Amino acid sequence: MSFSRKVAQLVLLEARLEWKNKQSITALLIYSLASIFVTYLAFQQTIDLTTWNSLFWLIMLFASTNAIAKSFLQDSKGLQLYYYSMLSPKQLILAKIIYNLLLLSGLSLVNFFIFQLIFPIEINEIAQYLLSILLGSIGLSTVLTMVAGIVSKANNNAALLAILGFPLLFPLLSIIIQCSMNAINGFDWMVNQQLFIVLISLNLITILLSYLLFPYLWRE
Amino acid sequence: MDSFYKNKIARAWWWKIIAIVCLVYTCYYGFIGEVPAMVVLHETIRNLYFHVTMWMAMMLLMLVNAIYSIKYLSSLNRYHDIVAEESGKMAMVFAAAGLITGMVWANYTWGAPWTNDPQLNGTAATILMYAAYFILRNAIPDENKKAKIASVYAIFAFVMMFVFIMVIPKMYNSLHPGKGGNPGFNKYDLDSNMRMVFYPAVIGWCLLGTWLMSLNVRIRRIKEITEEN
Repeated sequence: MSFSRKVAQLVLLEARLEWKNKQSITALLIYSLASIFVTYLAFQQTIDLTTWNSLFWLIMLFASTNAIAKSFLQDSKGLQLYYYSMLSPKQLILAKIIYNLLLLSGLSLVNFFIFQLIFPIEINEIAQYLLSILLGSIGLSTVLTMVAGIVSKANNNAALLAILGFPLLFPLLSIIIQCSMNAINGFDWMVNQQLFIVLISLNLITILLSYLLFPYLWRE
Repeated sequence: MDSFYKNKIARAWWWKIIAIVCLVYTCYYGFIGEVPAMVVLHETIRNLYFHVTMWMAMMLLMLVNAIYSIKYLSSLNRYHDIVAEESGKMAMVFAAAGLITGMVWANYTWGAPWTNDPQLNGTAATILMYAAYFILRNAIPDENKKAKIASVYAIFAFVMMFVFIMVIPKMYNSLHPGKGGNPGFNKYDLDSNMRMVFYPAVIGWCLLGTWLMSLNVRIRRIKEITEEN
């Protein structure tokens, strides 16, 4: 079977496993709903644009850490052995990244709509904002999936994912918050172009790094 | 593995003499030597010899950490991992020293020890990254497993750190001298008096960092030998 077909099949398998056991995806939705509601209660609807944007990304950060924490945890020993014999580690990490990317993009869109519902604000460049959400999800899913792979080899300590992952996410988050803020303020494409290019290249670097480094984790 | 501990350059004495001479020279001329009078900076420009050069030593040690992590992954030689770990430790020491000298300086020049400056944020992130690296190391009991996983994280962290310190600050205005229209070191690097101190200072701090790192590596070896017997 060709490389890409195997990856696609693995992504489908992950999705099917998730669908079979709906409680984890429901838990994820309720987690972000609850955290959005907490911010709503805390801020009492008086919220300016910068706070709106920062809160959105903070909630995304915590929700995605929660979502990805289990991506290697839930694989049983038997399933891991099966993967080990059937797949190359490069296929596995790509499949996990793609699956988490789909999950996070969905989650961020849901979060975005709920956020808009509770704290309605006007976003001047909606296309740019959606693009920054997409690029942000790619970055979050790649870095966190790789770190989850590292953590899964280190006694699966849940707090370790945040400790190891957050510092690696600082560059991504600082650009993405700038970028989405520009979109809210309705800056022209020309202004944001440079930031988007930096984001895309940062994402490419992280994907490449995970692709190259994951085999060393797996072989262990 | 033994051959590395007999590394000729690590055991040679000449570069250690150079380190001492450079640092004594730096400390003497750093405080006594002539500096150009500049707005905002005034005499604090002397911090160039300490703060900036300590950062350079830190960057060098982080580079060593990344290179030896890559080497470890390709060779699985435990010595490479020991060098990576010790250089990471030394990099943290220099990061702390650079941070403290920078904060003292900023307190008098900018009026606050910590400002929302992209370079400062990058530094904070770097320190957190390498702290996480040591937490990861401590979380894994098995030596070989630890070395492998920590190497993977170190390479990942180095690339991210590089992006955060080298690329992102270029995109924003910084309060740092020579950036965002602030009076800077850049033109004054041309000042031959300062250059005469700055370059030896860079060499001195980098060599000192390497020296301390190699001493720690050798201490590890002695501990191993005593444990074996």
